[in-house]
Amino acid sequence: MSTSATELMKTPLNAAHRALSAKMVDFGGWDMPVQYPAGILAEHEAVRTKAGLFDVSHMGEIRVKGPGALALVEHMTPNAVSKLAIGQVHYTAFLYENGTFVDDLLVYREGEQEFLLVVNAGNSDKDFAWVQQQAKGYDCTVVNESPATGQIALQGPLSVSILQPLTKTPLEPIGYYFFTHGEVAGIKCLISRTGYTGEDGFELYCAAGDTEKLWNAVLAAGKPIGLIPAGLGCRNTLRLECKMALYGHEIDDTIHALEAGLGWIVKLDKGDFVGRDALLAAKAAPAPRKLVGFKTLEKRDIARDHMPVVQGGKQIGFVTSAAPSPTCGINLGLAYVPTDLAKIGGRIQIEIRGRAVDAEIIPTPFYKRTK
Amino acid sequence: MFPADLKYTKDHEWLKPAGDGTALVGITHYAQDALGDVVFVDLPEAGAAFGQGEEFGTVESVKTVSELNMPSAGEVLEVNATLADHPEAVNEDPYGKGWMVKIKLTGALAGDLLDATAYQALVSAESH
Repeated sequence: MSTSATELMKTPLNAAHRALSAKMVDFGGWDMPVQYPAGILAEHEAVRTKAGLFDVSHMGEIRVKGPGALALVEHMTPNAVSKLAIGQVHYTAFLYENGTFVDDLLVYREGEQEFLLVVNAGNSDKDFAWVQQQAKGYDCTVVNESPATGQIALQGPLSVSILQPLTKTPLEPIGYYFFTHGEVAGIKCLISRTGYTGEDGFELYCAAGDTEKLWNAVLAAGKPIGLIPAGLGCRNTLRLECKMALYGHEIDDTIHALEAGLGWIVKLDKGDFVGRDALLAAKAAPAPRKLVGFKTLEKRDIARDHMPVVQGGKQIGFVTSAAPSPTCGINLGLAYVPTDLAKIGGRIQIEIRGRAVDAEIIPTPFYKRTK
Repeated sequence: MFPADLKYTKDHEWLKPAGDGTALVGITHYAQDALGDVVFVDLPEAGAAFGQGEEFGTVESVKTVSELNMPSAGEVLEVNATLADHPEAVNEDPYGKGWMVKIKLTGALAGDLLDATAYQALVSAESH
């Protein structure tokens, strides 16, 4: 609270957040809204039942284009890029040679040899340098479009109803993890049916200078049916309920893709890519630890990020993310535990402020939308 | 925001002396606002005694947890049982329905508690 906001980076919506009386926090060097006056619980509920609007302009965008673009993206990421249709998106990662994470990201296929890579804000500079380094010897350009790009995320079951009146682009035919280009409220956008909340919704990318106009138009259109602005606080509880990874928590440069439960983005048979040898070796050996979902058994026992998992007074694992779940009404979390303990119904203990409390391993995702 | 009849601590608890050697204790408007939506308040049993500054419970919000420290030495006479089902009272009415414990003061009231003006100054300094 005593942080000097002047040193933080600002999105094009900074003034809009302040006008909405948002509570601003330092999020990886960015001055971002953690919540608006409605509060995290109300914002979380709005996204699950109606809709919420997020500013995600802090995310990084890197464009890779040219005759060598496909080969480069195949080389730097474990998912099968050649299987992406133009207009399709997938979730993937940048891995180090040892299989651990530089970052996780979305890959948008804009053309046969053109890709938009969307990376985490806090890793944006590191990622851009990484891509530039990997791109040596590939015939393509690598451009950091982050400063020129704004992004907002409309999330929730009413997203189509809110957005359709603002655009001539038919939204219903856009499949989950597909995108198109069009105008929304007269502003040129990349319209992507993606998100980080487990609900239906759209991520809209536009020119930085158009972001505030777009934000205001979407907010005004949705307000009568329950759309409210939503901050990073509920973005975290929403993604946690759906077991979506967050860099610095479930994944980082000490955790490899298979133990993170992200084997589904690792296509070992697609040909060579950075980290493949390490992941092949990891797959052949028994995994020492695994990411599991848990709930604590007592209402008062609320686990938090980075708390130790203990057994007989010894640390055997750690919590990656944890919080009271607004949708499920239980205290849940994700943790790395030794593989022999990673069984549904099994018990583990979390150390909360010096006290070892019981938790049960339960199936994930904790929440899944019904349609 | 900061009623004049209360005493305040630097870590954002308030204490309201009843004049009969007992007092109510809770957290300030500033504290509840910083925590965000409160989802659980862990309080001691009646009869427990605490020194000044000692932790007597925790308040958990969706995003974080904060310790509750006793503003002045005392013994817990009663805890606010309605918070078990309605923790949101701490956000909605921090000086009223959101009270946390009623204590019997042990000895004199701590001398270093802040009045509303001094607390307001502290909060202004923290927010800027």
